[in-house]
Amino acid sequence: MNIRSQMTIVITGHVDHGKSTVIGRMLADTGSLPEGKLDKVRRDCERNSKPFEYAFLLDALKDEQSQGITIDSARVFFSSKERDYIIMDAPGHIEFLKNMVTGAARAEAAFLVIDAAEGVQENSRRHGYILSMLGIRQLCVVVNKMDLVDYSKKVYQQVVRRYSKFLKNLEIEGVSFVPVSGREGDNIAQPSDKMDWWTGDTVLSLLDKFRKEATLEKLPFRMSVQDVYKFTQQDDSRRIIAGTIDTGTLHRGDELILYPSGKKCQVKQIESFIDTPPLSAEAGEATGFTMEDQIYAKRGDVLARVGEIQPSVASVLRVNLFWLGRKPLEQGKEYILKLGTDRVKVQLFDTLRVIDASNLNTDTMKKMVERHDVADCVLSTQRAVAFDRVDVQPTTSRFVIVDDHEIVGGGIIREAIKDTLTEDRDKAMELNRQWQIGNIPLSEKARRYSNKAHLLVISSHSGNKKDLLGKALERRLYDRQCQVFYLGYHPEEVGSDFGDSRRRKKNTAHQREELVHRMAEAARLVLLMGGIFILAANDLTRQELDVISLVVATKKITSCWLGNKELCDFAADIYMSEDVQVEDLVKKIEKELTNKDIFNS
Amino acid sequence: MDRLSQLENLSIHLLREAYANFNNLCMLWSIGKDSTVLLWLARKAFYGHIPFPMVHIDTHYKIPEMIEYRDRLAAQWKLPMVYGENSDVLESGMTFPEGKVDRITCCSKLKAEALKYTLNGEWTRYRFNHNKGDYEVDNDREMFTGVIVGVRADEEGSRSKERYFSPRDKENNWDVGDQPPEFWNQYKTDFAPGTHVRIHPLLDWTELNIWEYIQRENIPTVSLYYDQGTGKRYRSLGCAPCTNPVESTAKNVEEIIEELKTGKFANIAERSGRAQDNEDGGGLETLRRDGYM
Repeated sequence: MNIRSQMTIVITGHVDHGKSTVIGRMLADTGSLPEGKLDKVRRDCERNSKPFEYAFLLDALKDEQSQGITIDSARVFFSSKERDYIIMDAPGHIEFLKNMVTGAARAEAAFLVIDAAEGVQENSRRHGYILSMLGIRQLCVVVNKMDLVDYSKKVYQQVVRRYSKFLKNLEIEGVSFVPVSGREGDNIAQPSDKMDWWTGDTVLSLLDKFRKEATLEKLPFRMSVQDVYKFTQQDDSRRIIAGTIDTGTLHRGDELILYPSGKKCQVKQIESFIDTPPLSAEAGEATGFTMEDQIYAKRGDVLARVGEIQPSVASVLRVNLFWLGRKPLEQGKEYILKLGTDRVKVQLFDTLRVIDASNLNTDTMKKMVERHDVADCVLSTQRAVAFDRVDVQPTTSRFVIVDDHEIVGGGIIREAIKDTLTEDRDKAMELNRQWQIGNIPLSEKARRYSNKAHLLVISSHSGNKKDLLGKALERRLYDRQCQVFYLGYHPEEVGSDFGDSRRRKKNTAHQREELVHRMAEAARLVLLMGGIFILAANDLTRQELDVISLVVATKKITSCWLGNKELCDFAADIYMSEDVQVEDLVKKIEKELTNKDIFNS
Repeated sequence: MDRLSQLENLSIHLLREAYANFNNLCMLWSIGKDSTVLLWLARKAFYGHIPFPMVHIDTHYKIPEMIEYRDRLAAQWKLPMVYGENSDVLESGMTFPEGKVDRITCCSKLKAEALKYTLNGEWTRYRFNHNKGDYEVDNDREMFTGVIVGVRADEEGSRSKERYFSPRDKENNWDVGDQPPEFWNQYKTDFAPGTHVRIHPLLDWTELNIWEYIQRENIPTVSLYYDQGTGKRYRSLGCAPCTNPVESTAKNVEEIIEELKTGKFANIAERSGRAQDNEDGGGLETLRRDGYM
């Protein structure tokens, strides 16, 4: 079957600089319009006594015609001798920047129209800047309305000079320029006879010169997990990790690492619907595979291959972003970050500089990012996310921000910034990558034992009641046939009391840190075995709990605080009074665990 | 990767995004070639399973072959098949074929309105019982918050402005002037209570792509698309009284592809055989704003 190649192009530029006219003219001059369409639009214009414009050809919708501006990226299908094109006509009016972004993000190359008479305007620059952020690397600048400036070479060269100077700051290669008149049809599909000083291309010939983008399948492998399927109907027992490959190529038998956890797995088979299972799948393919191992994977995880450049994992991110929201991006407010298939709460941590996209002036004093601004900022996510730096792999560095159900901004990650958990996270990932563990899934272990794997953390400000409670609880659960293990931490000597983290001295701080980490590793082993681990320590902090949850790599944690609530640094699941009998405390915790469905009845 | 595979992969990606993000999801199946390709893509995306209901709006004026084909595939592919209808209007006979109302009114009653109340669960839904081989009243009346639809951007003007994920308000209205941004595989998957999102995985496909894919994948289609010896065939399917065949002797998929490639229909709208589109200047657009597919 002979299927023609296709390319998506976007046309951008300042309002009224003539984007729709250029496209309309191109369609008319290449005979790409449906029969009678041109005549119908001409007749409509006559009837309404307004001059005919080629732009009207594209304005398929009524309300758009009445305003005379493109409000959305209309798609026009068009074919040259070389290939088929989808041309997106992006609106130039600033109000519709989000539509321009939508159109431009789908494109492989862009035309940017500048009015020769008006010259470089605000959105000529803003669109140029956003095209570079969106990752468009091929641009052709169409200097339009040459008829209004008497086809002057001087005027044309002035526009070229001005805009080239601006483009120098952006990372767009292969920029070409062409002088045209959309209204008169000069240099659109046919060379103009009014500009004998121009021997270069027409818009049509430039279109055919755009290259298909370099292939993504040669880059290191990345796949954002979209879903994990287990459809049990018709006796299907496959557990399929599904997703679209962002970059690289996946093969049967590949050893992969799952981020942000760092857990390893091996591809058993690339699955298919009715065809024979393929041996490999490449970038752009919506694929799925089964694993040799039964590790826990979920939507939002990022897969990479062993031996290739690995993605970064962090919770503090230096980014460049453009803002589309009606309300400004503010510090202290919670937003949602969508990155690949991941979704996490995020806050603006700091604004380094706000760039006025219209002239690329920077305002370092301004802390608020307003609508249509482009900014260099630091974001902080609620938990660590996996991504690539834009200079490593642009595809997996892109994110959007959601507020009140709407996408209000988009950006690229420039670098990961260290946070208080970075070291522990790296250690935990290293463990996950290097440890080899067996194939018996936790769900199977839970069927044999009377319980599911779970971590119970008990903390208090002072005293040994939590120790008594931990031991009593261990006994109670053991009698219920649970796999359970208690580990309490009791400070050795008075004076070096690093059990009280708020009074501990500097030299003991490190010791305590080390100890918390070791307790967590012990807990991890018991949890991997499918048991319940009870961990008790004085004055646990939120930070320490974060470390513990990182190391044990599970969300199946219940935290309890014994004593004065005011002294508790973390948000506990259960708060208990010290005056209550140990047996009653045991019952209370047991009830909570029952509610969480930890016990198999 | 060739063009068809690119389209296929993007569509599967979109179907999976829809499934991952919407708890109450369904797919509209008009029995036409486009939504049947969509059904095929869903079977590929979910490895032979269809994890959401297939919803058909039955006007009861459909060409009989269409309903026959619907129920045959539903049984054969074990589809979770559901249909809805405007029973009040059908009983009272206030329809165009009965000569009581014009075409647009008929369409808006039997299709747009039936669709709206079937989706929000206010009207009865009928579900195919695979054991009995027949439809019965569906007790599930929950509102669908995600609706997968097989529209294509090249069909006509208003569809060229659609998003892959396109929000509809409580009245099913489409605000074409204020659509969400959509870039880098990030779509509008968050929505306010009471509203829903239409998902359009076939947006980038052309009529030719659809037929090329039907050929490549060997997808079963309704016989009405082919000339049965009368020198006519249907290019677009709808209700019998308002749908006319086109002059064509294409008897199979290969011949249709050949015919489309010759450019015979290049200047004739695909839906030109659908009478309601030509009622006034913006017939289909008006219908679409009101929730028509």
